[in-house]
Amino acid sequence: MSDKIRKIEGITKESTQAMIDEALAVYPEKARKKRAPHLAPNDAASGCASVKSNKKTVPGVMSARGCAYAGAKGVVWGPIRDMVHVSHGPVGCGWYSWGTRRNMMSGITGVTSFPMQFTSDFQEKDIVYGGDKKLKTLLEEAHDLFPLAKGISVLSECPVGLIGDDINSVAKKSAKELDIPIIPCNCEGFRGVSQSLGHHISNDTIRDYIIGTREYAEPESPYDIALIGEYNIGGDAWSTKPLLEECGFNVKAVWTGDGELEKIAATHTVKLNVIHCYRSMNYMCKVMEEKYGIPWVELNFFGPTKIRNSLRQLAALFDDTIKEKVEAVIAKYDPLMQAVIDEYKPRLDGKKVMLLVGGLRPRHTIGAYEDLGMDCVGSGYEFAHTDDYDRTAPEMPDATVVYDDPSEYEFEKFADALKPDLIGSGIKEKYVFQKMGIPFRQMHSWDYSGPYHGYKGFEVFARDVDMAINSPTWKLVKAPY
Amino acid sequence: MSNLLDLEVKKIVETTPEEIERVQNWINSEEYKEKNFARQALVVNPVHACQPLGAQLAAHGFEGTLPFVHGSQGCASYYRSTLNRHFREPAPAVSDSMTEDGAVFGGQNNLHEGLENAFAIYKPKMIAVFTSCMPEVIGDDLTAFIKNAKQKNCVPKDLPVPYANTPSFNGTHIHGYDSMLVSILQTLTEGKQIEGRCTGKLNLVAGCDFNTGDYREYKRILKEFGIPYTVLADISETFDSPCDGTYSIYAGGTKLEDAADSINGKATIAIGPYATPKTFGWIKDTYSGKHVTMPMPMGIEKTDAFIMKVAELFGKDVPASLKNERGRAVDAITDSHQYMHGKKFAVYGDPDYLMGYVSFLLEMGARPHHILCSRGSKKVEKELQALLDTSMYGEGCKIYMNKDLWHLRSLLMTDPVDAVIGDSHGKFATRDAKIPLFRFGFPVFDRVNKHRYPIIGYQGAVNMLTEICNKFIDIKDETCADRDFELMR
Repeated sequence: MSDKIRKIEGITKESTQAMIDEALAVYPEKARKKRAPHLAPNDAASGCASVKSNKKTVPGVMSARGCAYAGAKGVVWGPIRDMVHVSHGPVGCGWYSWGTRRNMMSGITGVTSFPMQFTSDFQEKDIVYGGDKKLKTLLEEAHDLFPLAKGISVLSECPVGLIGDDINSVAKKSAKELDIPIIPCNCEGFRGVSQSLGHHISNDTIRDYIIGTREYAEPESPYDIALIGEYNIGGDAWSTKPLLEECGFNVKAVWTGDGELEKIAATHTVKLNVIHCYRSMNYMCKVMEEKYGIPWVELNFFGPTKIRNSLRQLAALFDDTIKEKVEAVIAKYDPLMQAVIDEYKPRLDGKKVMLLVGGLRPRHTIGAYEDLGMDCVGSGYEFAHTDDYDRTAPEMPDATVVYDDPSEYEFEKFADALKPDLIGSGIKEKYVFQKMGIPFRQMHSWDYSGPYHGYKGFEVFARDVDMAINSPTWKLVKAPY
Repeated sequence: MSNLLDLEVKKIVETTPEEIERVQNWINSEEYKEKNFARQALVVNPVHACQPLGAQLAAHGFEGTLPFVHGSQGCASYYRSTLNRHFREPAPAVSDSMTEDGAVFGGQNNLHEGLENAFAIYKPKMIAVFTSCMPEVIGDDLTAFIKNAKQKNCVPKDLPVPYANTPSFNGTHIHGYDSMLVSILQTLTEGKQIEGRCTGKLNLVAGCDFNTGDYREYKRILKEFGIPYTVLADISETFDSPCDGTYSIYAGGTKLEDAADSINGKATIAIGPYATPKTFGWIKDTYSGKHVTMPMPMGIEKTDAFIMKVAELFGKDVPASLKNERGRAVDAITDSHQYMHGKKFAVYGDPDYLMGYVSFLLEMGARPHHILCSRGSKKVEKELQALLDTSMYGEGCKIYMNKDLWHLRSLLMTDPVDAVIGDSHGKFATRDAKIPLFRFGFPVFDRVNKHRYPIIGYQGAVNMLTEICNKFIDIKDETCADRDFELMR
């Protein structure tokens, strides 16, 4: 949380509300009524959500949201590297989500890691007669052809739930026969209102099928932790895991970026869960707390200020050995980070950024922009809940606009009014704003760059933000004639 | 036992390096290939996407048209982001966000609310509706739903709202393209046929083609002829719009009035017999003038056929500029064929692309050694075989129907080739095989501007030739021994 309430010159609650009202003027009345509670000026002092969230998307408005399957396959299960993840149903869902999230994996493709697309490629006859038999054969074939895969996840697409297939019993039977974990995940895309339910369903399947089924071979130590909600986008985990190790911790498992199934299954024996993406994995942190008494702590690895605070917050939970190591780490990296800031801040000071990302980064990255002297003038999420917006309020300057599941039209209108120097959002938004001449970075995938997490990540982040905003190419947009 | 699988609690066991090495070698073996090809149910790394993606592409090809996905909202996000990544351009489309209650009550309410909102907010001249899995499984009646929507004034009665059933569990993106395109043409041309009227134009149905350069190339060729034309589903501006500080949600597309009047055209050429059979069949029965379906004009021979057909349909001579262009392309080919001659290729993609790749390779004296189609038919196989039979360079080449890129990997490992032609997804297999991948297909996510360089026409042949030959020369320069490294190549 930031210490004092910040304000942006020219932005008041009234000006923001007027901008919102104007954006909604074009909507039919019913849609306007539905959308209005999702858009509001930030009330930084309250520390509370100013908008409604996690509601059904209004049909026809052009939302950026995905579906439960996307949350399950793309976010939670997909990054586990040593498993075969089967997109169960028609070919499209798996094809579109194949390799596009940039959750990087180590290992040998097709041997020990599987960044591939596995699907049952449903045809008409599978819809008519059901796909359970096909699934059983498929699981055998997958086990046969990929013998080192430690397990298989079965991720249902829309038709599977609609035709009444019973993937749970197929999975249970095949798991016995093949003697590997096979996890059925009923994450059909029509369930819930966004990716978010897919996260929850996936967390539940980890709880029901995985956690507690393995034990680490090495003896326990007081410094055993797990890194939860770190998906290794553009190599993030390859920055954060070594950082935590440098601080003296044994990172026993990463959930789920570059993750390993068995290590995740043994996480119930760690001493602390460190969570980064609260939205997608708070459920399992709470389960492990209740069931195994493992405390958890939310950290932020974006930008030196937040990293420093986070590491100290973590150290406070441990003994002097850790505290000393953490201070040594901070002392080591502070000057390096200052050098990064000294290089880029002069060119970025006072620049304005607007954000629209998934469930974490619209609040978590604000500090990193502020480290570079930038101000966040609008932020919002695709699929956050009230607890996310509660956490967002103190991070954002007062009276700046908060938007939940905005339509492309609303987002465009706000950008028109606020004239940001940078927009951080997704691929669907990127080219819209670049056509307008507004610099843009994809903040889901790090725009084919990364890592952005940790000290190593901040260097890359700062370089990328500077490159986006200060590229000479933007001067070419307007023709001289 | 706490878990639902009743699995035993075990210690974590790391796989030994020896075991990893064994499997690593095994997956490259003949034995593995046989096992791999025996697969019945599992599909690994397929080449094809689902119908609605193609439907959205077709919709983007018309002026002021908003693609509208009737189904779950995640589907729309997937199609949009796929098109964004390939073209590096916006791909605006809406969805009516059906959820659980849609499964119970049907999707009519979502569709009506979605149409009303989309029309009010995005002010389209046409809304092109297509379906993803959910309404197809529950059996939504689009005909009735859209009729009711107009009766309820969700959208103006005169707004064209073509719609297509595009189930993802049937066919691929090319079939969705066809269904959407024919529906759009049926809607726009309704009541527009005028006895005795002839626009004097050629209607060019470009096929499910994701290369904006191809569309521009077709148009340039027709301009050289001096033949007026209407490209049906013209995505060249939509997905290659200028960056000038303004954003227009509808950046291009065939004018609706031109599409409507296309029914009175002088002639119609439908490119891609596998991507446009429904559209062509309907046009043949309905449109004035002459109608022909033709393969993608890839390589010299297929371009010749296209050019001659255009000349024939319009009673024109081939203009000198095109004759010269052909000569220059052939000059480029004879100058550089030695870098491709005898080289073995694996090719994969949609049937119409495959016909083009194979034809081009054969005329270069290269061998399309493995031809792999992710979703095809006996007819595709027969036509490919007939093409192979026309050339000695087709001898011994094999066609693999309904196979995927994991099959392709086995082929590359057990019966190696020099290079692969396909799309970005082939990069994993070609990296393992240590051979180059030429990305002429769709999608291309990992190279820039490929969609701006045509692969059809004489210019397309030069583009493919240049990319392929220079890559082989690069490889030689990068890998040859010092004493073999020389200025000349």
